[in-house]
Parts: sequence; C-alpha cells; structure tokens
Amino acid sequence: MMDKIETPDLSHLNSTDYENVYEPAEDSFLMLDALESEIPFIKSLKPTICLEIGSGSGIVLTGLAKCLGSCCAYFSIDINPHAAQVTRKTACKNSVCLEVVNCDLVGPLLPQIQNKVDMLVFNPPYVPTDENEIDPLSPIALSWAGGFRGRTVMDRLFPLIPQIMSPSGVFYLLIVKENDEEDILNVMKSFSWRGSVIIERKAGREFLKVLKFERVKV
Amino acid sequence: MKLLTHNILTSKCLKGVTVGYPLGIVAKEVKVNEVDFNPEFISRMIQKVDWPALCKAAENLGHTDELPQTVVDDYENNEEFLKKAHHFLMEIEVMNGDLICPETGRKFPVTDGIPNMLANEDEV
Repeated sequence: MMDKIETPDLSHLNSTDYENVYEPAEDSFLMLDALESEIPFIKSLKPTICLEIGSGSGIVLTGLAKCLGSCCAYFSIDINPHAAQVTRKTACKNSVCLEVVNCDLVGPLLPQIQNKVDMLVFNPPYVPTDENEIDPLSPIALSWAGGFRGRTVMDRLFPLIPQIMSPSGVFYLLIVKENDEEDILNVMKSFSWRGSVIIERKAGREFLKVLKFERVKV
Repeated sequence: MKLLTHNILTSKCLKGVTVGYPLGIVAKEVKVNEVDFNPEFISRMIQKVDWPALCKAAENLGHTDELPQTVVDDYENNEEFLKKAHHFLMEIEVMNGDLICPETGRKFPVTDGIPNMLANEDEV
C-alpha cells in the first residue's frame, strides 16, 4: 500500500451543505499533509481504534481510512448533526467505513473508551473569539469559534487525553499561533505527555501548526 | 451504527446515572453490510471489546445464543469465532431506532446510522 493520502472526493457536497458544515480549508489540508508524513509511523503503531473529534466534512478521517484500510476501526465525532451526516456521506462516497457519533467531545464514550484510543485527531475550533460566539445554536460557529485565545474547546479535551489514550497512543492537534503553542505543550507536559510541531504553514492571516503528542515513557 | 460503536457508548454523562452501560437497543431498522474480514484486526479489537455487552446487544436484536457468552481461549487461531465476532461487531448496523439509558430510560435516537448522544444542558 502507498504511503500517500489521496484527497477524498467531496463532489457530493454543495454550497448548501457548507452553510451548516465547515468547508475544508487550509487547516484541513495541513492536517492531511501532517498525517501523510506520519503514515510510516502510524503503520508501525498498528492502531486498532482511530478517533477524530470534530470531523466536519469528514475529509481528514476519510482520507486516513482510505490510506490505512481495514486494519483499524475509525470513529468520527461531531457536535454538529449536519456534520455527522455529511461525514457519513463522505465516507460512503469514498467507499470507506467510518462510524459516526453525534456528541460533544468524548462524553458518551466515557469510561468505555478508557485506554483504548490508539490514534486521536483533532482539528478544533481554534479561532480566538468572545466566549459567547461559541453558540450552540449555530453549528457553523461551533466549527471555528474557540473563545479566549481560541482555547476553550481544546482545553476541555486535554485533561481527558491521558485517560482515553492507549499506552502507545498518539494525538495529533491542529493549532494556530494565537492558541499559544508553548502553553499547550506545558499543559500536556503536566499530564506527562510530550509534544512537538510536525508541520507548519502560513495561510493568509493564519499561522497553522500540527502538534504531535505521545505519552512520556517512564 | 455498528455494534462495535454501541459497545463504547454510555449514558454515564447524564446527571444521576452511575453506570449507564450497556445501552439498550430498540431497533426500527437494521442492515447487514458485508465488510472485508480481517482476522488480525478482529483479534486486536476483541481485546478492546466489552464482550458481555456485545452479547447483550446481539440479544437485543434477536440473535439469542449466536455468540458464545465469553471470549474463547486461543481466539486468535479460531477462525469460526473470529468470523462471528467480525459479523456482530462490523457487519450488523442499526440504521434507525433508539438507544436506551438502562437507569433513566432516556432515549438517544439513531437516525440514518448515526446515534445522537447530545444531552441537554439540564441533563448533565
């Protein structure tokens, strides 16, 4: 199998879908590029459960699943019901099996998912906004509005990482400069997880990075 | 929603729920999709599966006594067992219906194969 991630076919989606679901943009493509550069590592990890939080159009997990194949189970979570539906359609369109759950972060997967996630991918709502812009009534706002420093949603996930990840689990996170990379690395360090930047790119006004985290082995 | 997914879903996040697992299934539409059988993957997955909950889910869907009550010894080399596990985990899909919290009876709808596990603010 090739170590390349083919960009999934999204021709089934139109501008009406993108009124309620985040349309893939530079951040989505940077995550795909990051994962592509990691394919040899990911294959050596032999993940059994791969989870993406905030799958949106489903482009990232579909691309990954298409590349890795049936040696892994793929779960996709989105708080936005439209996104959950669209992710499922994208998977079907590209002939891959993804399991989709409409929920807020990993709430309903606890504690069953404890120590089981081998690979986690999160392209969070990272744009710094007022807290009230994280509006549960606006599915599209939930895809990008990140509150103070753009950290509100990702900060809720970080403490759960040590709990949900398997011993050799790996976590990929997309951030922008304003999210404060140093501080995120320190937060994760306090949970005994170490991280580093694996790819970065300037896209218009955004300086995007993908961080890779692994448990500090003792 | 495959039974694999049912196997990891709980209603523990609801206020007052202590275990919230396994969720009951009331299926209105079930589909069986053929999925490539990968014995090596299924062997790895079995280590992560709550087997009694899978048996219960199968029973909920009317498949009584089709799965052994416990994971057999040496399952990695037992193709018949792995194929059964594969079928129940990967091929049976609840397309429409409800998942039921075992403690409160709260229903979580499954629509077009997607469980809606969103809880209202006053429920958590």
